[in-house]
Amino acid sequence: MIWSDLWDVLLLRDYNTRVVLLGVALLGAASGLVGSFTLLRKRSLMGDALAHASLPGLVIAFMIAVAAGGDGKSMPLLLAGATMGGLAGVACILFLQRFTKLKQDATLGIVLSVFFGLGVVLLGITQKMDAGHSAGLETYIFGKTASMRRADGIMIAITALISILVTGVLFKELKLLCFDADFAGSRGLRVWLLDTILMVLVVMVTMVGLQAVGLVLMVAMLVIPAAAARFWTESIFRLALVSASIGLVGSVLGATASAVMADLPSGAMIVLACALLFAVSMFFGTQRGVLPRLWRRRQLNAKIARQHLLRGIYELSEAEFQDANPGHWVSLIDLLQKRSWNSKQLRRQIETAELVELVRYKTDQVALTSAGYAEAARLTRQHRLWELYLVHYADVATARVDRDADDIEHVLEHDVVEKLERLLDHDPIRIAVPSSPHAMEST
Amino acid sequence: MTGPAKIETTNQDSVEQGDCPLSVMDLTVAYHRKPVIWDVEFDLPAGSLVGIVGPNGAGKSTLLKAVMELVPRASGRVEVFGKPYHLSRRNVGYVPQRESVDWDFPVDALDVVTMGLYGQVGWGRPVRQKHRDLAMQALEHVGIADLAKRQISQLSGGQQQRTFLARALVQDADLYLMDEPFAAVDAATEKAIVEILRELKQRKKTAVVIHHDLQTVPAYFDYVVLLNMRVVAHGPVQEVFTPENLQKTYGGRLTLLDEVTEAMRRRERSL
Repeated sequence: MIWSDLWDVLLLRDYNTRVVLLGVALLGAASGLVGSFTLLRKRSLMGDALAHASLPGLVIAFMIAVAAGGDGKSMPLLLAGATMGGLAGVACILFLQRFTKLKQDATLGIVLSVFFGLGVVLLGITQKMDAGHSAGLETYIFGKTASMRRADGIMIAITALISILVTGVLFKELKLLCFDADFAGSRGLRVWLLDTILMVLVVMVTMVGLQAVGLVLMVAMLVIPAAAARFWTESIFRLALVSASIGLVGSVLGATASAVMADLPSGAMIVLACALLFAVSMFFGTQRGVLPRLWRRRQLNAKIARQHLLRGIYELSEAEFQDANPGHWVSLIDLLQKRSWNSKQLRRQIETAELVELVRYKTDQVALTSAGYAEAARLTRQHRLWELYLVHYADVATARVDRDADDIEHVLEHDVVEKLERLLDHDPIRIAVPSSPHAMEST
Repeated sequence: MTGPAKIETTNQDSVEQGDCPLSVMDLTVAYHRKPVIWDVEFDLPAGSLVGIVGPNGAGKSTLLKAVMELVPRASGRVEVFGKPYHLSRRNVGYVPQRESVDWDFPVDALDVVTMGLYGQVGWGRPVRQKHRDLAMQALEHVGIADLAKRQISQLSGGQQQRTFLARALVQDADLYLMDEPFAAVDAATEKAIVEILRELKQRKKTAVVIHHDLQTVPAYFDYVVLLNMRVVAHGPVQEVFTPENLQKTYGGRLTLLDEVTEAMRRRERSL
């Protein structure tokens, strides 16, 4: 039964399903897009207050419509009421912040809960007032995609289009506003105007989202996709795109689930689907995800361990045979004393290095292959140049030392490297006795 | 918002000889009924390096923000090259306090420097290659061109400060307002900033710098404004930066005054 339903939904057989899925997809994309800017502007919770505060407006609009003799289900009228309620809420927040010393979290908490409470009371009154008519109003609290009609879809499409156009045209202005509002103001950008534009976008997205997601959970659509997108990128442009995509996919997944299992409110399902994508992003996000970061750390540690092994062998054979040709056997016991590794760790390092033919290994002795020798000589040279650089350019060095760079020449200017090489040549003691202060090892 | 053509002509006007880069008259700023700075009044000589010093909470940042019309003024007038700020904005470069922004923001260093050109690019228009080239030159100028593509949270404090400096320099303004550019930077960056300030002076630019380290004031600046809600004194460093004036600005912290006297002596010797 459920499987055939799922099939129907996925194949978009039903006209209404098509409307709903397209509608929530656009809604998810628009809120993801707008949400990435409000998150960066640190105004996400304004959207929450706005959504909660819309409830009394919505119910009052319904009451007026009923009193005027209609059935109160006129969509534009209800949304107009919701918008008025939301804006009144925002106005109260701004008023409290302007004329009291209350902090933002307190003002948001007060306004959000009081407006929502008022809305719930008004809703109770309408239910006493007449039987049946007001039943549909609860859908705005938790969302019900099934009640979406063609007109709602069109309204969402228009909102999405406006969001894309405005954020596209004003992209660099919004970027500057979110990063550094004071500097934006000093350049003549009208900060209040841009903030208002951003707020209008939030209002539009929130209001058209009330029906599908519901006013309690609408804030999730503004926050979760943007927060999830941050794990994938360090560029604001890609952040906006990824955030919109996550919003889109999450909304479609959630709406599909709620279409198949009709008892589950769509708003909650959409939020949970977005949360799933958030979890995936948090663990696997390429830039800031937990696992890629662990992986990079492991790779780095392995690389450093390999470098320590090669340099250790090189320096030992250099000390014993005056030069460090490939084929010089050095004893494991000497090598073991060079660093803080234990014999098990050392053997494992040697084994992995042997696999890629950098070293040869026989009982208790190890030697560099010619490939290993070339690599070890390069590493040792790099290391000594960096060390010299730290000593001779101590004032500027710490900011530039980059042992991870493959070649010192990629970081330092050519003449600096040349000078360091001359210093290295005229420092025979240092070369003969490579017991150097390992200032950089710990980094 | 004014069109680019009009700005060009304003620019030319403002570099005319004799125009005072920054003239503040009777400026008072108040938050929540409490005045933060009051009756501030001074004219700055063109082509000088000006230090603004004063204790914490003396209203130094507020003064700069009030000059740029970022905070409402309760009274007073500010003229930048003989005009209100909003008419000579293109000619003023601003370096805000480093801590005033979130460095975790998803942009790279080049992006931040390019922000200094948004006014020239034009609102609502895309940034072009020539703007990125200019921003790149500014990064080279402050010595961190190799970090252009690095996300800004991966820059050290000194490198972040250099990025902010480059964002102001890229504008090629005639007046620079800098809010504590020396705060918590490494010695190399401090040296680099001082060099840039001297170079600006050579090119007849004016820089107004909020500064905390009294010891270096005589070495870095040639003009000083002592501020503690009101202007205690302003003028050439040799005349104004005296123990008596500092006592009036900071109250009687004698150890500090000794250090300053020592620094002034060093300056006299080097002159």
